[in-house]
Amino acid sequence: METRSIVRAALFAALIAALGLVPRIDVPIAAGVPITAQTLGVILAGILLGARVGAASVLLFLFVVALGAPLLSGGRGGIGVFFGPTAGYLIGWIFGSAAAGFLMQKLPIGSIFLRALVASLIGGVFVIYLFGIPYLAFAAGLTLDKAFLAGAVFLPGDILKSILAALVAKSYFASRAPIK
Amino acid sequence: MISGHLAHRTWLHAVPARGKLLGLAGLTCIAFWIDEPRLLGLGFAIVFVNYLCLGREARGRLKLLSSLAPFFAVIGLFQFWSVGGEAAAAILLRLCLMILLADLVSMTTPMLDMMDAIEPVLRPLSIFGLDAMRLSVAVALVIRFVPALMEEWMTRNEAWRARTGRNASVRLLPAFLGGVVTLADRVAEALDARGFGRGRKR
Repeated sequence: METRSIVRAALFAALIAALGLVPRIDVPIAAGVPITAQTLGVILAGILLGARVGAASVLLFLFVVALGAPLLSGGRGGIGVFFGPTAGYLIGWIFGSAAAGFLMQKLPIGSIFLRALVASLIGGVFVIYLFGIPYLAFAAGLTLDKAFLAGAVFLPGDILKSILAALVAKSYFASRAPIK
Repeated sequence: MISGHLAHRTWLHAVPARGKLLGLAGLTCIAFWIDEPRLLGLGFAIVFVNYLCLGREARGRLKLLSSLAPFFAVIGLFQFWSVGGEAAAAILLRLCLMILLADLVSMTTPMLDMMDAIEPVLRPLSIFGLDAMRLSVAVALVIRFVPALMEEWMTRNEAWRARTGRNASVRLLPAFLGGVVTLADRVAEALDARGFGRGRKR
């Protein structure tokens, strides 16, 4: 990986961390409901940097968390987070970011907003849940349908974050060429 | 430096990082084999007492685990209804035991020691182009830039609040992200100018 990609991955990993640690961000379309922006950072890393560098940034972020840095939302960190019931979602972040980046580059949709929305929903929701739900079922000894129900409380928020990611991507690419 | 590591030395600090990681892996495998809640409860009690004995700073970390409480509540309820109280208790105790055990390792192992301990595991990945030096630089950049990016975001937040009286909006994100990419490219140029990418395919 060339220097530029390494540094972009590192700075977006820092950005994912910073977005999880800053105080609340208001979302106009959700009537001021506060959200943690960390997953938003994961989706945006893929969409803005592409599949390879986006996934590298998430992988690097999780590596630094595993080393002991308390960078997850709420100040959690260390290898303990990979032993909890939500570890599958964290692993899913890597593949979700890659999928979002791949779809953003390859989908034959002209509108940046729509392309980013589809990429975010598939990468940021479907792929992340594809890893999160089975691991939750495994770790907690639940059946898949019950694990899905347990995780479904976060679904509305994750769909909202996908819409936000698409809006941010539209605004971002309005002033910049897509990153190659 | 950003770290979840305890500043004061405890008896666990004296145990080598590699030994702690191997112990964690072994105990985790054993915990997965045990279904008896009393045995898991005993294991949990031992780890919990050790956690409490590490001092006030360590006890304060227990609050951070509260973010998992909704998950534990849902898991416990589902398990209670489907397989009964004993199995539900076993699963919750196993999860808590593994999380606390892993936290014990993280809290008592400095990041550099942790990096040294896992370096042999990463070495084979060099055939995929991942070399330890580049990974170290990337980790250092992440740690260096988290406070810098937070400060930049807070500055933008303050400016936004001064103009609107409200908290930061997602409207600030596109320009902020543009700034991050520009900063990344400048840092990459500076690193290359100092010979970081020399001898490698650009």
